[in-house]
Amino acid sequence: MTVHNRTSFLDRVAENLGRERRTEVQAPVYSVQPQDRVFQGATQDELIEKLEAQCSVIHTSFDRTTRAALGDSLQKVLASFEGSRKVISAGGPRLDEFGLPGIYDELREEGFDFRIWNDQEGDVTFAEQAGVGIVFSDITLAESGTVTLFNDKHNGRSISLLPETFIAIIPKSTLVPRMTQAARVIHEQEQKGNPVSSCVSFITGPSNSADIEMNLIVGVHGPVKAAYILVEDL
Amino acid sequence: MGIKIGDKPYAERIQAGIENSFMRQAVSSAQGRFRSGRLKAAEELGDWEDWRTLGEEIRHHTMENLDYYLHQLSEQVEKRGGTVFFAETAEEANAYVQEVAKKKQARKVVKSKSMVTEEIGLNEALEKSGCEVVESDLGEWILQLDEDPPSHIVTPALHKNKEQIRETFANKKGYTKTDQPEELAAFAREQLRKDFLEADLGVTGCNFAVAESGAVTLVTNEGNARMVTSLPDTHIAVMGMERVVPTWEELEVVVSLLTRAAVGQKLTSYITALTGTRLEDETDGPEDFHLVIVDNGRLKILGTEFQSALHCIRCAACINACPVYRHVGGHSYGSIYPGPIGAVLTPLLDGYEDHKDLPYASTLCAACTEACPVKIPLHEHLIRHREIIVEREQRGAKSEEWMMKGFAKWASTPAAYKMSTKMARTAMKPWTKDEQIEKGPGPLKGWTESRDFPAPAKKNFREWYKQREKRRGEA
Ligand code: SF4
Repeated sequence: MTVHNRTSFLDRVAENLGRERRTEVQAPVYSVQPQDRVFQGATQDELIEKLEAQCSVIHTSFDRTTRAALGDSLQKVLASFEGSRKVISAGGPRLDEFGLPGIYDELREEGFDFRIWNDQEGDVTFAEQAGVGIVFSDITLAESGTVTLFNDKHNGRSISLLPETFIAIIPKSTLVPRMTQAARVIHEQEQKGNPVSSCVSFITGPSNSADIEMNLIVGVHGPVKAAYILVEDL
Repeated sequence: MGIKIGDKPYAERIQAGIENSFMRQAVSSAQGRFRSGRLKAAEELGDWEDWRTLGEEIRHHTMENLDYYLHQLSEQVEKRGGTVFFAETAEEANAYVQEVAKKKQARKVVKSKSMVTEEIGLNEALEKSGCEVVESDLGEWILQLDEDPPSHIVTPALHKNKEQIRETFANKKGYTKTDQPEELAAFAREQLRKDFLEADLGVTGCNFAVAESGAVTLVTNEGNARMVTSLPDTHIAVMGMERVVPTWEELEVVVSLLTRAAVGQKLTSYITALTGTRLEDETDGPEDFHLVIVDNGRLKILGTEFQSALHCIRCAACINACPVYRHVGGHSYGSIYPGPIGAVLTPLLDGYEDHKDLPYASTLCAACTEACPVKIPLHEHLIRHREIIVEREQRGAKSEEWMMKGFAKWASTPAAYKMSTKMARTAMKPWTKDEQIEKGPGPLKGWTESRDFPAPAKKNFREWYKQREKRRGEA
């Protein structure tokens, strides 16, 4: 049995609410929808401006580049991190789409040690030792400066978590105003019978804490530094 | 530890809070920062009142249909390979977690900050069955090393300064570096990394669970909750039965309300939505997932006049707005839920007996109600509590007497006093007549029946109190 004590528990809930158990509920209609008004009608380029401005608030560097110049941008960001040369990267179709295998090979020649996440023994261990994790944003929220990752076999949870620094490659086409649009996509997929990924990570800059005398400390358990690279793909 | 902290009477705890001057300063500067952060973020969001209305409507709809949504949630979790346990009491919840731990032969358990596991005393239960339990949230870890209960929902170690933290690290963990916050944090990172990698079991709370998909959502900044749910093979999430939302669309709204109201951030660094177990072709994430849904006194609030207390999204905005909290600090409440929401919720969850002073830890200035992102009428609930206490236990005179003393103490802080009286005046207006509050109709009755209470605006409350004391002395 995988659900315990449900009937008695929910019966009591209904009883306290003074009615029979409900097996159907109409989707509610709310009186206001302020969430849809945020950046309503903004163009993709206007959203980029919002994103870039937000990056300074969330202690995250921001670069804008083209597909052709992605290699250079990546190299620049890696150099700015000045840390370990071990890099773990998400895999999947995006890798080829943005020509990353070639770029990674070039960087290997410069002494970087790249590993592509591929659902294998050793992925997590490598990520734990890596200095940099590279991910692709699936949906990017301009308002908060958030990258959304649907974690799966190509895109382990550890990539954006265990290394000391992390880089998110953001295809321009993934930009939306705010979390509202991302949530709607997931909701619609759910209704179509496409279940959500086992882990959805909304990541906004590096990890931080205010637990010691209310001082903001950037970098606690997760990455200490974060960089976003926006790539023109439209 | 359970919901109640310590056996000291409330007045004594307050005294201790007031005497700890560092804490008081820390609390008020934290409040100031949280408050201004919240106001700024709320402003940026635009239409804050519309957002609050939406938040209230979502929470109300969910509570009215709670059986339906909890059923849907449990179905979805099951579909995604998880196990769901509905627990009526803290003991049941703990026993279930202990059983899972035993089956897994778990030795080390890593946890991320969670009020509900604190409430049910899960750590003690796990320790009793031989597990080492590590709190991984920086603030909680500090407290755990020091065996100290938390004083604030959002920043639990608010009452400790960095020198005290350095000392704790040095004494308990052999730390040798300075009291620079960055160095302290880096040390915690290094120490806790080992724990994450070694742990057999990860335990988290749950900010919101999404009924339509079975996702358990955690709203954090440090990244420890992600560690706890990515590395150990088993993940147990414990949630209060009220922490569910219908769909992702509602999730998004309550998360936005939470992050803005709590810390003034648009979103925190990590909003993580975890659904069931990892898929077969995935490498990280748990292979075994359990969701424990806890009643522990919540059910009996449902269907009563206090139902909206269950709407609470634990943002602490009411706490940061509260002039009484500002003065006495978190530990004074004697509950793991401090501040106005704590004063409303604790007697409901744990009974009036041990907590009947709590509803008096308020000036009824309504700053809490105004701050609440889901519009819970907190001060009205407090008034209702007082009425009930007075009516049921005939204890009015004594509590009120005590309250006066409490007032006198915290009113000695000019800023706190000014703030509270300014707001109190608006709240009390309807019953103000010639500078005296006459026997208030309805809700205020319990409060004002034993004497005419001065309207706290025009005449300075402290002055009034001093005069009254003088009169007493002369009499
Ligand atoms: S009562 Fe309202 S303001 Fe207070 S913690 Fe709960 S949601 Fe936040």
